[in-house]
Amino acid sequence: MSDVRHPGLNLGTTDSPVHDAAEETVFGFWVLMMSDLALFAVLFATYAAMSVHGIAGGPAPVEIFDLKSTLWQTLALLASSFTFGMAALALKYDDDRRALSLWLGATFVLGALFLGLEARDWARMVTEHGATPQVSGFLSIFYLLTGTHFVHVAAGLLWMLVMAAQLAIFGLDGAVKLRLMRLAIYWHLLDVVWVAIFSFVFLSGLAP
Amino acid sequence: MIGLFLGTLRWDDVTFVEFWRTPDLNNAIAAAAAGLLVLGVVATLILLTVRGWWRPLWRDWLTSLDHKKIGIMYVALALVMFARAVAEANVMRAHQATAALDAGLVAPDHFAELFSTHGTIMIFLVAMPLLTGIMNFVMPLQIGARDVSFPLLNAISLMLTAAAAGLVMVSLVLGHFSTGGWSGYPPYTGADISPGEGPDYWIWALTLSSIGSTLTGMNFAVTLYKRRVQGMHLFRMPLFCWTVLCTSILMIFAMAPLTLATLMLWLDRHAGFHFFTVGSGGDMMNFANLFWLFGHPEVYILILPAFGVWSEVFSTFSGKRLFGYLSLVYATMAIAVLSFTVWLHHFFTMGQSANVNAAFGIATMLIGVPTGVKVYDWLLTMMFGRVRLRVPMLFANYFLVTFLLGGVTGVLLANPTVDYGVHNSLFLVAHFHNMLIPGTLFAMLAAIHLWFPKAFGFRLHEGWGRAVFWLMAPGFLLAFMPLYAMGMMGGMRRTAYFSDPLFRPWLWAAEAGAVLILAGFAALVVQIVVSVRRRDALAVPAGDPWDGRSLEWLGPAPAFEFNFAGEPKVEDVDAFTALKAQGEAYRRQETYEDIEMPRNSAVPVVIGALAGLAAFAMVWQAWATAALAFAGVWAVVIGRSFVRDTERTIPAAEVEAAHRAWLADVAAATPVHRRDELTPENRGLAEEPL
Ligand code: HEM
Ligand SMILES: [Cu+2]
Repeated sequence: MSDVRHPGLNLGTTDSPVHDAAEETVFGFWVLMMSDLALFAVLFATYAAMSVHGIAGGPAPVEIFDLKSTLWQTLALLASSFTFGMAALALKYDDDRRALSLWLGATFVLGALFLGLEARDWARMVTEHGATPQVSGFLSIFYLLTGTHFVHVAAGLLWMLVMAAQLAIFGLDGAVKLRLMRLAIYWHLLDVVWVAIFSFVFLSGLAP
Repeated sequence: MIGLFLGTLRWDDVTFVEFWRTPDLNNAIAAAAAGLLVLGVVATLILLTVRGWWRPLWRDWLTSLDHKKIGIMYVALALVMFARAVAEANVMRAHQATAALDAGLVAPDHFAELFSTHGTIMIFLVAMPLLTGIMNFVMPLQIGARDVSFPLLNAISLMLTAAAAGLVMVSLVLGHFSTGGWSGYPPYTGADISPGEGPDYWIWALTLSSIGSTLTGMNFAVTLYKRRVQGMHLFRMPLFCWTVLCTSILMIFAMAPLTLATLMLWLDRHAGFHFFTVGSGGDMMNFANLFWLFGHPEVYILILPAFGVWSEVFSTFSGKRLFGYLSLVYATMAIAVLSFTVWLHHFFTMGQSANVNAAFGIATMLIGVPTGVKVYDWLLTMMFGRVRLRVPMLFANYFLVTFLLGGVTGVLLANPTVDYGVHNSLFLVAHFHNMLIPGTLFAMLAAIHLWFPKAFGFRLHEGWGRAVFWLMAPGFLLAFMPLYAMGMMGGMRRTAYFSDPLFRPWLWAAEAGAVLILAGFAALVVQIVVSVRRRDALAVPAGDPWDGRSLEWLGPAPAFEFNFAGEPKVEDVDAFTALKAQGEAYRRQETYEDIEMPRNSAVPVVIGALAGLAAFAMVWQAWATAALAFAGVWAVVIGRSFVRDTERTIPAAEVEAAHRAWLADVAAATPVHRRDELTPENRGLAEEPL
C-alpha cells in the first residue's frame, strides 16, 4: 500500500483507508485546479498583451511597481508554503494534533501578512500614482490578475478557518485529512501562481 | 436603501406594462411570450398541487443525487428550453419572410433580442444540457460504475444550469435580454452602446452555466479514470465513453476563458475598467481571442458526444462490432487536441497578417481528416451488417449525408480568402446549423430514442418517432439550404429586413422549413405522451430491447437504483455481447453485498436558487441582494462540509430481492428475433445470436 496514488503528499501506510479514498478525491481536486490554472493562464496571456499595448498614456509598470514590497510578499508566501509543508508532515506522521494546528496557524498568519502587504501596495499605487484600474487597460488587467490571486488566497484563509473548526469538532478523522490534503494542494498552487506573477509581472516589468 | 435591494428594477421593466403603455404588434408579441411563460409556470404549479406531486418531485427528483435522475432532469430542462428557442426561430423566420416589403412582425431591436436569446439558449441551455444529461445517464452505466465520482457536485452542476435557464426565462418578463448575439461582442455590448440590463442577463446566464459545465467536466473525467469496473481498461470502454472523456477535458480547459471574458466585460460595463473599451488602452481583440478560445473547443464539446452516440447507434443497429474502434479513439483525441488550435478562424477578417490566417486556416482544415476517418468507420460498420432502420438509425444515416455537406462548407470557410467573401453572412449561419442540427441535435434525439427504455422501462412509440424524423429531416434542408444561397447572394446574418425581392422565395422556403422543424418537435411531444399511454405494450422489463452491446443493457429497465447488483465481468469492448454469448448475462449471484449510496440532499437546490438570485440581483445592480445571496451560497457550502451522515446503505437482502425480481422478468420473457423488435413481444430479451 505504499504506492503513490496521486501527485503530492500520499498517506501511504500511515492511514491506508484514507490513502485509498484519496486516490479519487485528491485526483478530482487536481483536475479542478487544472481548470483554475487555465484561468490564470488566460489572465497571464491577456496581461502579456495589455501591459505593452494598454498603457494609453497612464503610468507604466516601471513607474508604479515596488520591488522591495513585492519581494516581502513573495517571501511571506513562500514561507507559508514551507509551514504548510510542515503541517502536512505533522498530518501524516504525528498523532499529536498540536503540531498540526501550530503549523496551520503559522501558515494562516503568513497568508494574512501577504494579503496585508499586497493591499498596502495597491493603496500606495493608488494614492501616490493615481494608478486605479480605471486609468488604463494595463492597470485593469494588472488589478484583475493580482486581484484574482488575492481573492484565491483570501478564500484559502477562510478555508483554513473552516478546517480549524472541523479539527476542533471532529478531530483528525478521514474526512478532515482529505480536506487538509486538498487545501495543501490549493495553497501550494497559489504559491506557484504567485511565483509566476512575481517573475512575469514584477521582475520583467521592472527589467530595463 | 431600497435601491440596494431592488437595484434599477422598476415597474416599467415588466413586459406587460410596456405593452400597456405602447400597445403595438411588437410589444404584443413580447407580452404574449411573457404571458405564455407565466401561464406555463402557473399551470405547472397548479398541476403539481392538484395531483399532489410536490412531495415526489422533491423527494424522488430534485434532491436526488442519482446520476440517472440528474441526467433525465438535464434532458427535461433542455426540451423545455428547446420549445422556447425553436419558437423564437420561427418568429424570426416569419418576420424575415414577411418583412421584406413592410414593417414585419417585430421591431429591429426585438429581432436582435430574438437571435441573441435563440443562439444563447440553443448553445448553453439546449445543446449543453442535452449532452450533459445523456452523458450523465449513460456513461456510469457503460463503465459498470454505481455513480459518478462526486454525486453532490453533479447535482450542483445541474442546479446551476437550471438557474441559468431561469435567468434567461425571467428576461422575458422583466426587462430585456441582450441584443448582442450569442457571442456578445464589445464594444457593442459595452456600457456606452448597450447601457441597459440586456448584456448583464447574457453575462450572468453564461457565467452560471459555464461554472456548471466546468464542474461537470471535472466530475466526468475523474469518474472515467477512477470508477471503471474491474476489467474495463481504457481501451475496452465503449466509444461513447471516449467521447465523454475528451469532451470533459475540453470542458475543464475551455470554460475558463469564457468565464474570464464575461467577467471582464462586466468590469468594463460597471466598474469603469478598460479591457475591451475603445480608448484608454482597451482592445476588443482581447474579447475576440478569449471568447473564441472558449468558443471553438465549445463546438467540439457539442459534437464529440454526438459522435459517441452515432458510434453506438451504428454498431447496435447494424448488429455488428464498431469498425475501427482504435482509429475512432485516436480520431476523437486528435479532434479534441486540434480544437484548441483553430480559434482564430472565427475572425480571419479582423486584422491579422495573411500568414497567421493561413496557419489557422490549415489547422482548421486538418480537423477534417480525423472527422473523415470517423465517417468511413461508420460506413464500414454498416457494411456487411444487418442494418435495422429504427428511428435512431434513420437519423444516423441522414446525419452521414448532411454532416458531410456541412463539413465541406466548413472547409470552404476555413480558407481565409473564401471567408472574406462570406464571413458573417447567411452562408455561415447555414454552415453552423448544418453541423449543429444534423450533428448535435439529431444525435441527441437518436440518443433519447436509444436509451429511453433504459430510463423509463418502455420503448418510445416507433411510428411517432418516424414522424419526428420525416418532419425534421426535410425541415432542416428546407430551412437551411436556402441560407447557403442567400449567403452567396450577399445576405448578411443578424439582419432584420431584406428588401431584395430575389430573397423572397428563399425566405419563404426557409420559413416553411422552420415550421416543419417545429412540427417535428410537436410530434416528439405527442410521441412521448402516446408512449406513456401505451407503456404496457412497449414495456421491456428484461432490459435489453435493442440487442445492446455494452454494459448499460445489463440489468432491468428501468435500471436498478444502484445500477448493478454485483460487479459485471468485462472481457471485451462489447462487454454485454460477450456476456450474452457466454450465457452469463442473466446468471444468479451466489452472494450479495450491502451497497452504499449517497443520501438525498437539498443542498444543490438551495445553491442553485441562491446563485440564481445572486445573478438576477447582479443584472439589476441590486448589490446588497447580490452580496447576501452570494454569501449564502458559500455559507451553504461550508455548512454542508460539517454534515457527516451523507451515505445510506442498501442492505444485501434488498439488492438480492431486486435482482431476483429482474431475473424472474427475464425468465418470463420470450427471446425475440430482431425482426420482431418493434412488436409487443419484445420484452427486452434478445434472441441468442446464431
Ligand atoms: C430548429 C431549427 C432552427 C431554426 C429554424 C433556427 C433559425 C435561426 C435563425 C433564423 C437565426 C438567426 C440568423 C441570423 O443571424 O440571421 C439563428 C441563429 C442561431 N442559431 Fe438557430 N435555428 C435552429 C436551431 C438551432 C440549433 C439546434 C442551434 C444550436 C444547437 C442553433 C444555434 C444558433 C446560433 C448559435 C445562432 C446565432 C445567434 C447569433 O447570431 O448570435 N440554432 N437560428
Ligand atoms: Cu471554430
